[in-house]
Amino acid sequence: MERDITLTVNGTEHELSVEPRTLLIHALRDEMGYTGPNVGCESSTCGTCTVHVDGKAVKACTELAVRAEGSEITTIEALNEDGELHPLQESFQEEHGLQCGYCTPGMVMTAAEFLEEEPDPDREEIREALEGNLCRCTGYQNIVNAVETGAEKMRTETAADGGTVEGGD
Amino acid sequence: MYPDEFEYHSADSVESAVSLLAENPEAELIAGGHSLLPTMKSGLASPDALVDISGVDGLEGVERDGDSTRIGAMTTYAEVADDDQFWEDATVVAETAGEIGDRQVRNRGTVGGNIAHADPASDLPGAMLAADATVHVHGPDGGVEVPHEDGDTASGYVKKPSPSSGYAMVGVAARLTLDGDSVADARVAANGVMDHGTRLSGAEDALEDETLDADAVEAAGAAAGDDLDEYMVMEDQQASAEFRLQLLSVYTERALEKVGERAGAL
Repeated sequence: MERDITLTVNGTEHELSVEPRTLLIHALRDEMGYTGPNVGCESSTCGTCTVHVDGKAVKACTELAVRAEGSEITTIEALNEDGELHPLQESFQEEHGLQCGYCTPGMVMTAAEFLEEEPDPDREEIREALEGNLCRCTGYQNIVNAVETGAEKMRTETAADGGTVEGGD
Repeated sequence: MYPDEFEYHSADSVESAVSLLAENPEAELIAGGHSLLPTMKSGLASPDALVDISGVDGLEGVERDGDSTRIGAMTTYAEVADDDQFWEDATVVAETAGEIGDRQVRNRGTVGGNIAHADPASDLPGAMLAADATVHVHGPDGGVEVPHEDGDTASGYVKKPSPSSGYAMVGVAARLTLDGDSVADARVAANGVMDHGTRLSGAEDALEDETLDADAVEAAGAAAGDDLDEYMVMEDQQASAEFRLQLLSVYTERALEKVGERAGAL
């Protein structure tokens, strides 16, 4: 039996009717057209379906759409502002942090949440943070480079906006 | 992969969850869903109904009450692992929570769900045994209560993760209380070896009243599997029972070395 639910995605409310067994990733892609997050392994392993639920990185293949009602969902589509790429998106491009690009939406969303928490990570911490995101092309080296560069850009932006950066004064 | 069809009930209180479960005897509780949903998607479980407790107020979060910490059933692994005070009070539990799955899984999977699901390869059961935690199953105050470690106590967790799933092929949690150089109390527990988290009384007995040094650690490792029924030791395509027992000795030693260092004894 279908249920009527309201989901808030990237600030927009969507009313839809779904079966309780509908996974969040399928509701996002098939019902609402947010095709940024991809379907990969479907078994909570590869992380290409990663979105933010109330600011936290979550694998959308391992959540029911009905349970996401009342939460703020953010997909990769909302990361750029006014057509400007997010610093992380820029750095993935500059550092060649992708080849086929299938894993990239998840990589970027996980990294974005991680950098909120840890703005100045070392390479080991970046690798640990991306443990739940698999890439079968790059060998990860350039992905780590991209997150490192992205973090630097984000710290510079924060400082330019008059915000405080850890270690700065 | 789609789960089979099921009826969905959302509980708004512990009482309503309890009565929904009574009305639907075949129903499963869903907390974070990070054990249940994968088994439903792969067809290993097909419950007729789910009772969702994610909307119940007051089940989430860590509360300190004198000598112990209470973890609400819906508290995520990330909340425990990122809590500095938890590392002070009950190291083994915080360290173990940070070893589970990956970042996204830790953001969503819950302590209560993990313990209720009781997967033998899961990380928390052994840690909770080593920490001497109390699980509160019924009533409006459900959750896990973990006693705080005092100045003479240290604890920690090590595991050999499955290369594919990250679950523990073998994981060992230990908590030692020292009286000077000697071990006044030892709690050592393992995941992934039996079909449930298990205390390792062989290792505990080998440690108690002994001076905590390299010899004692080696002896405890050698005795780790002593009181386990060998025919009950898990065996699958990843590791034979024999190999698991060998890993158990090695990882018991590593856990004790880590805890010994934290206690300043090794």
